[in-house]
Amino acid sequence: MSHNKNAAAVEQILRSSGVDVRKCMRCGKCTATCPAFDEMEYHPHQFVYMVEKGQIDKLTASPSIWRCLSCFACMERCPRQVEPAKLIEAVRLSVIREKGANHLKPEDIPAMLDEDLPQQAIASAFRKYSK
Amino acid sequence: MHMKFSYYPGCTLKTKAKDLDAYARASAVALGVDLCELPEWQCCGAVYPMAKDEIATKLSAVRALMNARDLGTDLVTLCSACHNVIKQVNNDMKTDADIALRVNNYIKPETPYAGETNVLHFLEVLRDRVGFDELKKKVVNPLTGRKIGAYYGCLLLRPSKVMAMDDPENPTIIEDFIRAIGAEPVVYGMRNECCGGYVTLENKDEAKKRSNIVLESAKVKGADTVVTACPLCLYNLKKNGGCEGVDVVYFTELLAEALGVK
Amino acid sequence: MQRIGVFICHCGTNIAATVDVKAVAEALSHEPGVVFSTDYQYMCSESGQTLMREAIREHKLTGVVVCSCSPRMHEATFRKAAEKEGLNPYMVEIANIREQVSWIHKDMAEATEKAVILGRAAIAKVHLNKPLKAGESPVTKRALVIGGGIAGIQTALDIAEAGFEVDIVEKQPTIGGKMAQIDKTFPTLDCAACILTPKMVDVAQNEKIKIFSYSEVESVKGFVGNFKVEIRKKARYVDEDKCTGCGLCTEKCPQKKVPNEFNMGFDTRRAVYIPFAQAVPKVATIDANNCTMMKTGKCGLCAKLCTAGAIDYKQQDQIVEREYGAIVAATGFNPLKPDKFNELGYSTCQDVVTSLELERLMNAAGPTAGTLLRPSDKTHPHTIVFVQCVGSRCDVENERGKSYCSKICCMYTAKHAMLIREKYPDTDVYVFYIDVRTPGKNFDEFYRRAVEQYGVHYIKGQVGKVVEENGTLKVQASDLLSGEQLHIDADLVVLATAVEPDKSARSIATMLTASMDTNDFFTEAHAKLRPVESPTAGIFLSGVCQGPKDIPETVSQASAAAAKVIGLLAKDKLTCNPCVANSNEMLCNGCSSCEKVCPYGAITYSDKEFRGPNRTTLIRRVATVNEAVCQGCGACTVACPSGAMDLKGFSNRQIMAEVDAICKM
Repeated sequence: MSHNKNAAAVEQILRSSGVDVRKCMRCGKCTATCPAFDEMEYHPHQFVYMVEKGQIDKLTASPSIWRCLSCFACMERCPRQVEPAKLIEAVRLSVIREKGANHLKPEDIPAMLDEDLPQQAIASAFRKYSK
Repeated sequence: MHMKFSYYPGCTLKTKAKDLDAYARASAVALGVDLCELPEWQCCGAVYPMAKDEIATKLSAVRALMNARDLGTDLVTLCSACHNVIKQVNNDMKTDADIALRVNNYIKPETPYAGETNVLHFLEVLRDRVGFDELKKKVVNPLTGRKIGAYYGCLLLRPSKVMAMDDPENPTIIEDFIRAIGAEPVVYGMRNECCGGYVTLENKDEAKKRSNIVLESAKVKGADTVVTACPLCLYNLKKNGGCEGVDVVYFTELLAEALGVK
Repeated sequence: MQRIGVFICHCGTNIAATVDVKAVAEALSHEPGVVFSTDYQYMCSESGQTLMREAIREHKLTGVVVCSCSPRMHEATFRKAAEKEGLNPYMVEIANIREQVSWIHKDMAEATEKAVILGRAAIAKVHLNKPLKAGESPVTKRALVIGGGIAGIQTALDIAEAGFEVDIVEKQPTIGGKMAQIDKTFPTLDCAACILTPKMVDVAQNEKIKIFSYSEVESVKGFVGNFKVEIRKKARYVDEDKCTGCGLCTEKCPQKKVPNEFNMGFDTRRAVYIPFAQAVPKVATIDANNCTMMKTGKCGLCAKLCTAGAIDYKQQDQIVEREYGAIVAATGFNPLKPDKFNELGYSTCQDVVTSLELERLMNAAGPTAGTLLRPSDKTHPHTIVFVQCVGSRCDVENERGKSYCSKICCMYTAKHAMLIREKYPDTDVYVFYIDVRTPGKNFDEFYRRAVEQYGVHYIKGQVGKVVEENGTLKVQASDLLSGEQLHIDADLVVLATAVEPDKSARSIATMLTASMDTNDFFTEAHAKLRPVESPTAGIFLSGVCQGPKDIPETVSQASAAAAKVIGLLAKDKLTCNPCVANSNEMLCNGCSSCEKVCPYGAITYSDKEFRGPNRTTLIRRVATVNEAVCQGCGACTVACPSGAMDLKGFSNRQIMAEVDAICKM
């Protein structure tokens, strides 16, 4: 992987997530368990494999990174302690840390509100989608 | 027996989820549990920042944890999301030397914080400190005949190594609680699957789909009510899910009802 | 002054690539007493040994130091070579410059320096070496086999065949083990009972074999050739000699509600029971925890019915002491209980079963008489999902499962799938796999037959969640090759759970002083070259207690272990290790410290007469070492406060000389 032109990007994702992608044995338990599967272009096991292969650009451009529910199911059930959700979070962070790349902007919020919506939803969406 | 705890209510419990908070406080009084709200707590951020290079987003949780330590009390939470964030951040402070060092360098407390505070969810207070048997004795209005499904969602149980509340795939704590207040627990398969969470903001359809799967699963098993400890779960299940014949309420509301303090 | 020869081995490049062997030979040639020092490519080779022998002759060597690999590898080789030249073998010392130097160092200068230091220490020791002569100990010509599954049965039969006595200790009421519970066996699909029960009968009828059923090993003392073992015969409240196995009591006992462990709890048995029809010994056992008579003193029906008068409610556990020359561990395995994988529904859904449970559900002698009915509503399942690797191949930090591949699951799942499709062609069978592992004769062909002839759907992926709704198991899974998440409505889900060593193995290993790995499998003396021996002399390994294996492999290993046991029992005498403790009676103060720490009971005390001043006689209590029993562990030499106890070949002076040589720069 060190020959890859994306070596620096891969390194950043691995460091930020703390995930060891080489532990993956390609069993597919993460993808089997993922509740957001239908919404995703790339699925949890593909995140792991694509990071290993250095395909960070494809991941950062994919809407899949906004679809993870952070439900921790893939982390809990992964037999190899790979924890794909942490990779997805690291890829998402690498996008929103770029200037002006917030996925959710304050001006978008009013249209999304309804009288019952808990503050928690807005706080967590901001934490997930914006810097 | 008198029990005193520091209490972290969290933002939503001050606004849209006042019931979750109010019923817990009323019940606590009835059970001899003293919940002392932490002074000057800040929003925990609502989701745990998983990245190892994120420090700023962990600070407010650390401040709450440190305050509880300095007061010499365990820290009790109620909202599943706050509980998850605070407990996971506490674990980072305990086990990740790099994060702990950087957080302490930033906050510069008199005594560096190393995860000393014991974080308890209110359900754990009921189970491990009050005791469900003891709780049962204090029930004046048993909810006999009610068939109640526990909705754990994601945040109370996972990651289980850190949350350490219960078996993450076959939990019993809320079922035991339901039994203690005189109702019949309904075990259903999707009780620990996601309701859709914050995705409701930009993808209502997904939140609807997830919530309906959960509620249908509870309904098929005969639940008339589903209880939760999370305002966002309650919102999703009620607003985005909505299942005829299945009510969704906070567990504290039923607790207060059973204790006769509703 | 000794005349010492030093031989530095290159071990090809194993040593020579990291250690400057010529420099070591040169440096050691200046050590006191060294009259010859050289290096050679392979000291252990025929020509290497010849080189050493010629040097012994030519230079009249009285001591030899070989700087080479671990003494575990070639100490015996070099000692034998020296002996042929008339040198006492115990005048040969090995300095381990491979495992302790070249394999663990990268820097050549550093490694060379350390090799010289280790060589110097060995030379210092040889200066103090004395010729030693090995004694002999007798061999008890009987073997003990712990565990009566197919591994223990095969080992016992083979040992008995060679004419030696064998005892089998089995903790269950019958021998047979896991194989007795299995329906059919891969890759030939013969019925397990049909091939196992004749062997069980052979065991029962063999005059050389004694079965201690419903018994456990209580303690083990002694050493290779001379073990003393206490066996606890648990009270079964039935006289084994009187019981005819007629089964009347097991039919009439009023306590009918005891879960039947042989059928994995799918049906019930009585409080007095014979586990299955072909049990050996065919003797009833009363389960005291469930027997009304034993619990309340009111019933006694079985005693009234038994015409043989075999029932004895007053029976007590009995301790039997037996002597053995060799002991074989054949303690077997259990399937992991998948209650830490409840996303797969094992604890909450009746129709999620383990593979061993499925064996009973398919077995003609099982609770459904061989008709596959699901446990919840006793209906025929039309869609069955198999999940592979449940609890196997987990990360070492994952507390839910095991890090190893359980090895047998791919094949037995192919067998299950095939048998089901053969008998019930209207059933859809899905197998979720990570890899299909089928190394073995006719194994891959067997698996391909499941796919190609029987149309079993093999899907590369895993199951993430199983939920029961209205009697249907909703299976959510991944299909990695198509990139889909599948939702299958199944009637039965079968989990191929990891195998784990039987819980009793740990305590038995402790009694045998046999080593185990982190998974509680027994460790072999050499992973490749001594696979059926424990590193502890006289202890042998048979079956899954050493690592996961299927029936063909278990039987091969069981016979191999038997061959090793026979090789040992065929000897009349064993050469003892001459490096044993001895006590200097003049220094001994009779304190008993050595006696207390000796793990082998080799030290005794007696009163002896000593000559005192002015023709007087003194009587003093002193220690004596039984050289045939002493294993040379050295515990006594450390415990002795007066310095009376010493170890031949490893005397305190020799060890201190080595330490001095290492510290002297």
